[in-house]
Amino acid sequence: MSKPVLRVQDLAVTFTSFTGGWLHRKERTLRAVDGISFELHAGETLGIVGESGSGKSTLARAILGLIRPSRGRVQWMGEDLTGLEEEDLRQKRKQLQIVFQDPIASLNPRMTAGDIIAEPLWTFYPNMERLQVDERTRGMMKMVGLLPNQINRYPHEFSGGQCQRIGIARSLVLNPRLLICDEPVSALDVSIQAQIINLMKGLQKKLGLALIFIAHDLSVVRHISDRVMVMYMGQAMEVSAKTAMYRRPLHPYSNALMKSVAVPDPKLARAARQESWLTGDMPSPYQRPQGCIFHTRCPYRVKRCEADVPALRRMESGDWVACHRAEDLDLAI
Amino acid sequence: MPLLKVSSLEVQFDTPEGVVKAVNGMDFQLNESETLAIVGESGSGKSQLVMAIMGLLAENGSASGRAEFHGRDLMQMAPKELNAIRGRHIAMIFQDPMTSLNPFLTIEKQMIEVVMHHQGLSRDEARAHAVEMLRAVRIPDPEERIRQYPHEYSGGMRQRVMIAMGLLCEPEVLIADEPSTALDVTIQAQITDLVSELRKQTRMAIILITHDLAAVAEISDRIIVMYAGELVETGSAEDIFYRPQHPYTRGLLASVPRLDRVSDDELQAIPGNPPNLQDLPTGCRFRDRCSQAMDECLQRPPLWVSEDGRMSRCFLPMEGGRIANAGASEGDAE
Repeated sequence: MSKPVLRVQDLAVTFTSFTGGWLHRKERTLRAVDGISFELHAGETLGIVGESGSGKSTLARAILGLIRPSRGRVQWMGEDLTGLEEEDLRQKRKQLQIVFQDPIASLNPRMTAGDIIAEPLWTFYPNMERLQVDERTRGMMKMVGLLPNQINRYPHEFSGGQCQRIGIARSLVLNPRLLICDEPVSALDVSIQAQIINLMKGLQKKLGLALIFIAHDLSVVRHISDRVMVMYMGQAMEVSAKTAMYRRPLHPYSNALMKSVAVPDPKLARAARQESWLTGDMPSPYQRPQGCIFHTRCPYRVKRCEADVPALRRMESGDWVACHRAEDLDLAI
Repeated sequence: MPLLKVSSLEVQFDTPEGVVKAVNGMDFQLNESETLAIVGESGSGKSQLVMAIMGLLAENGSASGRAEFHGRDLMQMAPKELNAIRGRHIAMIFQDPMTSLNPFLTIEKQMIEVVMHHQGLSRDEARAHAVEMLRAVRIPDPEERIRQYPHEYSGGMRQRVMIAMGLLCEPEVLIADEPSTALDVTIQAQITDLVSELRKQTRMAIILITHDLAAVAEISDRIIVMYAGELVETGSAEDIFYRPQHPYTRGLLASVPRLDRVSDDELQAIPGNPPNLQDLPTGCRFRDRCSQAMDECLQRPPLWVSEDGRMSRCFLPMEGGRIANAGASEGDAE
């Protein structure tokens, strides 16, 4: 196999906050991302799934260097990004781009679609000819399914799905090698979600991008991912090939997430709900459970899970799981 | 007699660009202890429809038609009369719990004021009742937690608090506008569970408004599918999911990514975007995006109606249906 373009090793991000006023000031640290490792190849898509607060967006930002990690390394084409100076990192971002969740809020309402898409070009290539910029912008619009004659329109004249296409065009205008999509469809209508997922998949194939696709819904990432990582409270619970993940997840949390997805079939949905069992909320990030981080909500927990932290380990299949009981659980879907 | 009967309901907004018709002639009814889902994309008019019924339209909005609750037309009521019904007999839950809860007041304060206002209970009685409702929606330690502020609750718990508040006065109708779409799938599943339990325990009728058909498969008895301000199809949950008639409904069902089926890797998207309400196509409003559009679709499509109340607005004939006579709202020229 070729060398991975991205290698993330033991990446961690902590946030520090203060409580108790200035007299009894106490420092609290929140481990948003807690030792994540994975590799990504050109043309490959990794889906990252987890509930809000699982650290998926923080992980994305740490990979891009938008947040400085507290530990670990992000190697891009063999070079460690975490050690780079701000300006060098900025230059690297030509190759590493991100698409955000809320398509309308993330576009400047006072700029035309054309200016929004072209802005990265002006930033990185200030001497580029106007005509050339224009041509590239129109080309990008065509590629994401917008009409080039909409170039002078403002975001409010577009629908949510079209705004997300503008966001995608902007993120691709510099010809990046890695694209991170952070919940790109969760703010969109169902009928439009499918359009955007299909578009991303097509673009990835055409451009040979390495893609990280973040969502809270396992059903959304299925159609686009080669491998899927399931995150919980900043840690990876499972990293499995797509077919394995959706046929027989290894981790009880992956299974729980899958069981939570609404089935568009009244009879199946009513039958399935009887066995829905993920109860309660995620624990407070300031009071992380001992042992396995998921044990407080896990229906399969045993004594050991309350004390020993399960390492993320490689199974015979090549998939990775952090569960003491992975071998004896059968979580076939 | 149905609990709520809506007929020829129209909603329009005065905007700087002219009048926009958000809802164009809606007729439906809600029976006691029935769960009705109204499904549609943004701009389909699903939310404005219930806002009009509740008298909660924005200032530039106006509505016509009838909405009879126990035979009394809500649309003709004086604000004072309507206030006595809202919250007490018909409660509404909004999409975003964080913006509907007052961040400066404890949950207790927000909950007991409603009860004291509508039911004339004393503070202590109201408080006990509120705690009981929090327990019903499975908030742990309700006696403790009722003293907390909204920010001390997680997103899922805030939504459950909203539901508890909606239930406080034991309303006959609960209207929930996208109650779970801002939430994680795990929490969505919990809310769905909760609603389906409430259906069993009370005789309350529920109207669920959502853009996500899959989310309501489990809990709805009947479904209305709306598109660009109009009803395009209605039927029982089984009809809609197993025997969809309208191409739009079929498209919606096909575009949902499903975990319960092995699928090829391309999702079946509905092409294009919902139409601009200020610039609607003539004839069928869905025709630009429809895979089965024909020449006839330039004309206004007929409404097929069957004996059991199933309807579809399309030139494709509906099984077991006949074409309805054009009523007052039907004759509306494009």
